[in-house]
Amino acid sequence: MRQLARILLFSMSIQPDMPPAEAGAEFDLILEAGRAEKNYWHDLWRYRELFIILALRDISVRYKQTVIGIAWALIQPFLTMVIMTIIFNKVAGLHSVGSAPYAIMVFAAMLPWMFFSSALSSTSQSMVGNANLISKVYFPRLIIPASAVVTSFADFLISFLILIGLMIWYQVVPSWHILTLPLFIGIAFLAALGPGLLITALNVKYRDFRYIIPFIIQFGTYASPVGFSSSVIREKFGEKIFILYSLNPMVGVIDGFRWAILGDNSPIYLPGFVLSLVIVGLFLVIGISYFRKTEKSFVDII
Amino acid sequence: MSNQSVISVENLGKVYRINHQAERQRYVALRDVIAEKFQGLFRSRRPQLDKFSSAEDFWALKDVSFDVKQGEVTGIIGRNGAGKSTLLKILSRITEPTEGRVRIKGRVASLLEVGTGFHPELTGRENTYLNGAILGMSRAEIRKKFDEIVAFAGIEQFLDTPVKRYSSGMYVRLAFAVAAHLEPEILIVDEVLAVGDVEFQKKCMGKMQDVSTKEGRTVLFVSHNMSAISRLCSSAIILNKGNKAYDGTTNQGIQKYLAQFSEISQPATWIDIASCPRQGGRTNVYFHSAAYLGPSGESHSLPVSGKELLFKLRISSDIKRSVSSLSVMIYSPSFQKLLNADSLLLAQAVLLEKGLNEVHVKIHQLHLKPGRYPIGLWLANPTEIFELIESAFEIEVINEDNRQTPEIPNDGVMACDFNIYQPILT
Repeated sequence: MRQLARILLFSMSIQPDMPPAEAGAEFDLILEAGRAEKNYWHDLWRYRELFIILALRDISVRYKQTVIGIAWALIQPFLTMVIMTIIFNKVAGLHSVGSAPYAIMVFAAMLPWMFFSSALSSTSQSMVGNANLISKVYFPRLIIPASAVVTSFADFLISFLILIGLMIWYQVVPSWHILTLPLFIGIAFLAALGPGLLITALNVKYRDFRYIIPFIIQFGTYASPVGFSSSVIREKFGEKIFILYSLNPMVGVIDGFRWAILGDNSPIYLPGFVLSLVIVGLFLVIGISYFRKTEKSFVDII
Repeated sequence: MSNQSVISVENLGKVYRINHQAERQRYVALRDVIAEKFQGLFRSRRPQLDKFSSAEDFWALKDVSFDVKQGEVTGIIGRNGAGKSTLLKILSRITEPTEGRVRIKGRVASLLEVGTGFHPELTGRENTYLNGAILGMSRAEIRKKFDEIVAFAGIEQFLDTPVKRYSSGMYVRLAFAVAAHLEPEILIVDEVLAVGDVEFQKKCMGKMQDVSTKEGRTVLFVSHNMSAISRLCSSAIILNKGNKAYDGTTNQGIQKYLAQFSEISQPATWIDIASCPRQGGRTNVYFHSAAYLGPSGESHSLPVSGKELLFKLRISSDIKRSVSSLSVMIYSPSFQKLLNADSLLLAQAVLLEKGLNEVHVKIHQLHLKPGRYPIGLWLANPTEIFELIESAFEIEVINEDNRQTPEIPNDGVMACDFNIYQPILT
């Protein structure tokens, strides 16, 4: 895993980007109440190395500490997929989309869902877990939850191995749609980041907020079309209800993943998908703005 | 160029809101907020007096202004709670000021703690990169200095061992080594030198001196260690209860600061030093009280130049133990260490029983000219420092005939037995 991360690092070809202060120039940093805003995005870019190193630290610690390490990132989604297939397909008698094997359909949804849920729970703990760091050094605080999302992203990439295994097992050949997968991965990333930031900020302020998160995740597992196809909802409740259902941003993300992986077996219902995208964007805007509004006081209350 | 201000602080203030109601817990719980809002529905008519009385503003810093010029090493001194840490936190952008502003020119690196972000599971190598990045170094910079850092820390063999298996000394050495190789234009340092063994502390001091004198960087240095301040700093700022109490030369600053604590104590009486400010806080072994006595046979008991001086020290210990280094240090008013009567020099260990022990240190001839001298106390084993009190109390040394002669200028430090005569040449 660390090898992988290193390759990732090199492929990004990082250049040091710390501009030296020019002699004779005026003061280049002014600290005032409410002033920290101005160079925020520039600072974020300047601290990208720290971001990468923190993400690598979290990833390498994650796989060093657990005895079974990477295997854990494989076993957990695999077993969940098996149980979901048995319950929704065999027990409840729901059908897959088109001719796609039920297990692959479930797993195509589990990839983004597990990423989303683990990102949510790890970001919520990230600030408090790094309290020592943020009370001793300055850097854009956004780095901490963002690197927590990246850590979950590593698990997500590993679980792709299972998908490949399943596709070989069921002899499913992906269509050209698979090429659009990176786009949907990007959307999944943003979909996790928005609520993640919001929860991070709330958790710093209200430390008991973390008790709500397991509930949100458990609720979401059934409220999102993970164990079943979203077309089931559309057929049973009609289009209007489905539009309402698409307010859950994960509906769009999951449908996108299924469309990319299963091809024409799983058509996208466009209005619902667009609505989900809008919600993802909305969460991102709210998440970032709330985070930035509160981050200045983090160190005073953490 | 060298007269240019690189840090300019204007009317800086920082307020913290202390919520007396929530003192029990450090954070706000959502359930409390909801409960409070809910209760608020029913008593909204009542004036919310209680809400105002429960929160109180605390100004950690108020109206602080100063300038630091390029290449200057400024010491910041003050008691606990004087606002030193808050000032450093604002300067290093960890928290933002409530009022006033700070203007900074150049790249700032702040060292508020040694080993920030070290992760016990990661190896020395990984932690070096991590810590370097946290302190603001780029990967390329760290790679360039990596060997130097490792050599400075002296941990070559343990590079690929997780730092959780390091001894605390190795851990601190590596952490400081990374920090010492930062190359910012402005370095902000908080008391990090109060760690590690004596040998390493010396190394750190040397490195700090290099940074400031040879490399011409601007340094802000907070410490309780007056001798470190006096050695390193060219100017000093004293903070007192959030206000600036002094801004000027180091020597005067130190004198002013120490004058707050110690007054001349009466000889031949027990002076309570259990609550003296000391470096690193009080441990299980500490100086409880002390007394000093001038030459016997004198009624005033004051120390006399050229005569003997006896220090009686009462030391409290939690267990029976042997201590290899116990010393009494006499400082000049400008805080130069003048003498250090250390048991180590006599190769003599001090055996402490559980409870209170009395140890006497006798100086046979006190070669000091009349004047006031701060007394420091030290207690340590090779691997552990128990006590370092830089200014436990102050003594006044007089002349043999009890004649204070301030009218005669004498800028020497030492006293000596001398006479002047003219030989008859044949």
